[in-house]
Amino acid sequence: MSERRSMKAKLGVNVFKPDKARHINIRPGCEKDPRLMAAILVCPAGLYSMNDRGEVELDIDGCLECGTCRIACGPEVLDWYYPNGESGVQFRFG
Amino acid sequence: MDKFDVIIVGAGLAGLSAAYTLAQAGIEVVVVERGDYPGAKNVTGGRLYVNPVRQYLPDIWDDAPLERHVTSELVTMMSPDNSTTIRFRSEKFNQPPYHSYTVLRATFDRWLASRAEEEGAMLVTKNRVDDIIMENGRVIGVVAGGEELGADVVIACDGVLSLIAEKAGLRSPGVPQNYAVGLKEVIELPRATLEDRFGLNGDEGVAQLFMGSLTQGRFGGGFLYTNKTSISLGMVVGIKDLMEKKPPVEVPYLLEEFKERPEIAPLIKGGEQVEYSAHVIPEGGMAGICPLFSNGQLVAGDAAGFSLNMGVTVRGMEFAMASGVMAARAVQQARERNDFSAASLACYQQLLEKSFVMQDFRTFSHAPHFLENPRLFGFYPQFAGEVLEDLFTIGAGPKAKLSDTVRKHLSFGEAWRMAKDLWGGLKI
Repeated sequence: MSERRSMKAKLGVNVFKPDKARHINIRPGCEKDPRLMAAILVCPAGLYSMNDRGEVELDIDGCLECGTCRIACGPEVLDWYYPNGESGVQFRFG
Repeated sequence: MDKFDVIIVGAGLAGLSAAYTLAQAGIEVVVVERGDYPGAKNVTGGRLYVNPVRQYLPDIWDDAPLERHVTSELVTMMSPDNSTTIRFRSEKFNQPPYHSYTVLRATFDRWLASRAEEEGAMLVTKNRVDDIIMENGRVIGVVAGGEELGADVVIACDGVLSLIAEKAGLRSPGVPQNYAVGLKEVIELPRATLEDRFGLNGDEGVAQLFMGSLTQGRFGGGFLYTNKTSISLGMVVGIKDLMEKKPPVEVPYLLEEFKERPEIAPLIKGGEQVEYSAHVIPEGGMAGICPLFSNGQLVAGDAAGFSLNMGVTVRGMEFAMASGVMAARAVQQARERNDFSAASLACYQQLLEKSFVMQDFRTFSHAPHFLENPRLFGFYPQFAGEVLEDLFTIGAGPKAKLSDTVRKHLSFGEAWRMAKDLWGGLKI
């Protein structure tokens, strides 16, 4: 839990603009797909986690739009797009 | 439908270099960028090698917002409890024109965009390109912000995932073995503190790469670059290795562990983390390059897979800039023929083949295979550390000869594998 909080603090210094809709969604029925498990390991923002039903969940807040989950899991498992214009992370340093 | 000569998707280095070149030639070009400003969605580790691109963009460097010119190159091999660093400082690197600079993309890309706009390029920010428009097997425009925009040529410069090239059928979704993930923190420090800590005079800078136990046996390594008043600190890890290597580890944890190393902690002490970013990096070498043109379309920069890990140098940004310029030149040639078919745009490939871009890719085609060797990230850093530790240790009793020390840590089998690895390395 403390790890989770420290990640939130770390992401908290970034500038994020809210989007109208989630730009990444786990495709229905894929919540327990083995291909999705990789997302937990590879997401730099730690946004993927497993709930007590053994399903992978995605918390989109703090997404760095890096694309790693799309490469690791594939578009059959993740409905993946970039956020709309004027939304998402806006790097001030990059 | 509004019609332009050229539409460029993405205001990164490839897109902006193409836009600058096209605008300079008087061609009507619009760049569509989803970020609030150019650079808002871009991440670099942080170093740009200027020499390869100077000739492609000759007139722009005087007021470029570059951070520090790199005068010291450090390579550190890390074991769990020791590390070996090679520090190379060169006065040659301290003579203008400097060969490489640390950079921050939010500043650099905005500046490049302003130069392209001065030449007459149009920039539309805060708009995502949602789709391409195809007609009779050729790209004739894009859909952005609900509007249709037409063009003779669309140049996809939308970064490593290039959903645009994917929609056009030029590439399939990327596979893990061809990509790594980069994570980076920007940590601010007072300028004087930073210069004292790293032994820098004026605008001198250091670039440091780390390999070994920090990635826990996974392909990749760490990096540290000094900017004017901040440090770019991060790491790169192969996605396939992250998915498969045991025991499993979550990648943010690797970066946290790295920051706590005694080699790193004092360097960032008292600094303020002002940003955390991450991005996928193409690491496939030749295998990662997608078809570069089709009817009415070109692909440049990371979108095309132009990024090359050559071990102690990791390059992408200058390939992006050069390929952007060459995409623009290809469009100019195609305009002379008034033919934007794939056959006509194929001149882009020829321009790239004649340039350092494809030549470097061919020369270093063995590099990705060599760098996948897990001994580079495990055995060698450990071996160097063990031998040096014994060498520098005076214990109770008599001290062993150097040859015995080396033999203690290097079995015949390992020596043989080392010779083979060395041979593999020399072939790069």
